Amino acid sequence: MTIFWVATIGTSVLAFLLKFSGHSVPERWLSHPKIQKINALIPIALLSALVAVQSFSEKSQLMIDQRLVGLTVAIIALLLKAPFPIVVLSAALSSAAVYNWL
Amino acid sequence: MSKVASATLRDSLSVSLTVGAYGVAFGAAAVANGFSVLQSCLLSLLTFSGASQFAVIGVIGAGGSAISGIATASLLGVRNALYGVIMAPRLQVKGLKRVIAAQVTIDESTGVALGQEPRGVDAMRKGFWYTGIGVFVFWNLFTLAGALGAQAMGDVRAFGLDSAVPAAFLGLVWPRLTGNFERALAVGCAIFAIAMTPILPAGLPIIATAFIAIAVGLKR
Repeated sequence: MTIFWVATIGTSVLAFLLKFSGHSVPERWLSHPKIQKINALIPIALLSALVAVQSFSEKSQLMIDQRLVGLTVAIIALLLKAPFPIVVLSAALSSAAVYNWL
Repeated sequence: MSKVASATLRDSLSVSLTVGAYGVAFGAAAVANGFSVLQSCLLSLLTFSGASQFAVIGVIGAGGSAISGIATASLLGVRNALYGVIMAPRLQVKGLKRVIAAQVTIDESTGVALGQEPRGVDAMRKGFWYTGIGVFVFWNLFTLAGALGAQAMGDVRAFGLDSAVPAAFLGLVWPRLTGNFERALAVGCAIFAIAMTPILPAGLPIIATAFIAIAVGLKR
């Protein structure tokens, strides 16, 4: 089985177990304020790390390329309160322009 | 249809369509990161949680192991468990219905349901089901479209897909950066992950930031 299949199936099984467990455990187990606080912080940490790694690395090497332009444009779009599809699209278009024509 | 029900339906449908359309970005990104069209579609059908799906393809695409991909995705899926805790007493479902309710317990279905609170518990239930099923249908259709589109592209960098993925992550985290504390955590984790990338095996620099979040959350 390839890594892609392992990842697809493993992620799916755990995702469902997490969802189902929430519907099955007593409320007091997961409603502790500390758990709520950590739960709000984890996505911020992971998603920020993913933005950085996906923008500035290729395998285990750091590099700066057209993606820096895409990221900059995405930040500008977000600062201008653009909706999500516009953010993604403007990043893709600017990055493609640099890749194809510079 | 009563006034309350149609207002709930309108909320649900508008969320379902807009969020579902992001599925194009996921399908395209998944294929760009080496997943097949079938695997991309299965992730949307079975995992059905946007941030987790982007995370697993992102980590694997960056050369990470299956374990680090699954772990990162699952850490992002923990919040769905908390949504389940909130929704279960309101839905009061058993058996197969509970299985389906669990599968569509995501940010959007829970968010719309909580938004219906002033309209009563029946509207909350409707909001949850309409939005959960609606997002599920559109998200999966658009994933297929995006995956097929990316497959037809060849060099995905020529279409900017290599930048679409980090932009999508940024779009997901942006609304959560509500204060200086959150922004500092985001920047700190980004710098940490970059600094660790040449040193640690791929995927680990990302997972490690979850422990930063846990440590910071416990201290605060």
